[in-house]
Amino acid sequence: MAEVQHKLEIFRGLLKFRSNQSKIWAVLIVLSIVTIIEVALGIIKPKALLELFLGMKILNWIFVILTFVKAYYITWDFMHMRDEKSGLRNSVVLPLVILVLFLVALLLVEADYIFQIKYNGFLSWDF
Amino acid sequence: MEIQVAESQEIKKDWEGGVKPLKASYGKLMMWFFIVSDALTFSGFLASYGFTRFKHITTWPIADEVFTHFPFLHGVDAPMYYVALMTFILIFSSVTMVLAVDAGHHMNKKRVTLFMLLTILGGLIFLGSQAWEWKNFIVGQYGAVETRGGQILQFVDGSTGKRAYIDDFSQEIQYNRITQENNQGIWFTGDEVPEITLEEVKLGFIENENLLIRTELIAENEKHILNREESITKLNDAVRVVKGANLVRNEYGNRLFANYFFFITGFHGFHVFSGVIINLIIFVNILLGTYQRRGHYEMVEKVGLYWHFVDLVWVFVFTFFYLV
Repeated sequence: MAEVQHKLEIFRGLLKFRSNQSKIWAVLIVLSIVTIIEVALGIIKPKALLELFLGMKILNWIFVILTFVKAYYITWDFMHMRDEKSGLRNSVVLPLVILVLFLVALLLVEADYIFQIKYNGFLSWDF
Repeated sequence: MEIQVAESQEIKKDWEGGVKPLKASYGKLMMWFFIVSDALTFSGFLASYGFTRFKHITTWPIADEVFTHFPFLHGVDAPMYYVALMTFILIFSSVTMVLAVDAGHHMNKKRVTLFMLLTILGGLIFLGSQAWEWKNFIVGQYGAVETRGGQILQFVDGSTGKRAYIDDFSQEIQYNRITQENNQGIWFTGDEVPEITLEEVKLGFIENENLLIRTELIAENEKHILNREESITKLNDAVRVVKGANLVRNEYGNRLFANYFFFITGFHGFHVFSGVIINLIIFVNILLGTYQRRGHYEMVEKVGLYWHFVDLVWVFVFTFFYLV
């Protein structure tokens, strides 16, 4: 197993590391920075980011995007997805992306519909 | 003729066993299978959480106001700091895991042992944190009352704008409580007698002029607070005192909030728990030298995949339960 080869660059080749270990520590730093940004934003809650954009607050969109950034680095570098063949990579990632997006989109649209009925329709909130 | 035969044999060889078409071993592929299906399970839970939340988007509890505890800081309002710490603990145990895998590639038994031990420790600390988090959630803090329609009404001190504890403002009334016994032919309904009764809360509320009622409704990113007259009328709708949380009702707001909290973080915690157990088994095997003799540490890699997945799920739970 000693001959295992790792791809040692992150950020599309912007950063290249000498060893797998230093890459791991760098990824830890990336993940920590992202988490710190998330928590800081969650505590400060800047007024400008509380506007709605596509049915959700901008702040929440930022959280969701940052979560996917973290998910990418965990799968690609900790789970060594970067070193796998593209066939394996796609057969794991694509079904998840397609199915989950589909499920979430349907459920959220439906939930919003129920909400609209409840508040603007014929049911009152304080029953 | 001969050349053709040789060609077709070569093409066939890839799928006739003995080789790894995706350059990954059977065990690793099966771990990926499991991870994909488990990821779909968690997506189902989180999507249904999103559904419920979008359905009650204007009345859902605000997570910052629910998870405000930090160890050794009593009464200090520390929103999310503790869950952020838990996230770091789990990410860090992921790092030690991947370092163990790396040490395994170099056949370095000592380092694999060390990093596996650290990973297990990280998992245990995370589990302890989650237990503490659950304890705070179940015991509750301020207390609230529930209306006939199942809405939660919380209390605010109008002069400071801070939440008021029902333990503090309720006026004690002397009741003649009778202990019912079987020989009186009474069926016990199982409804626990609350430490503070609704009458005591109402009396205390009337006597303390500053108190106001906070409804579930969110207006401009904050919970709507009624004025004094509205509060007094609203309090007449209350039917019971709610303290803490259980599977039926909770003091934080929507009943489903606590149900999802228990279910999703519980299911994730169960994954962490099984991860720790599996890690322990692998750890014992490392100590016994099983993988050293086998010539490779792929088992550590496989259990590592599972462990990272658990970390990955937490990243999503953290966002959707605590941040958003």
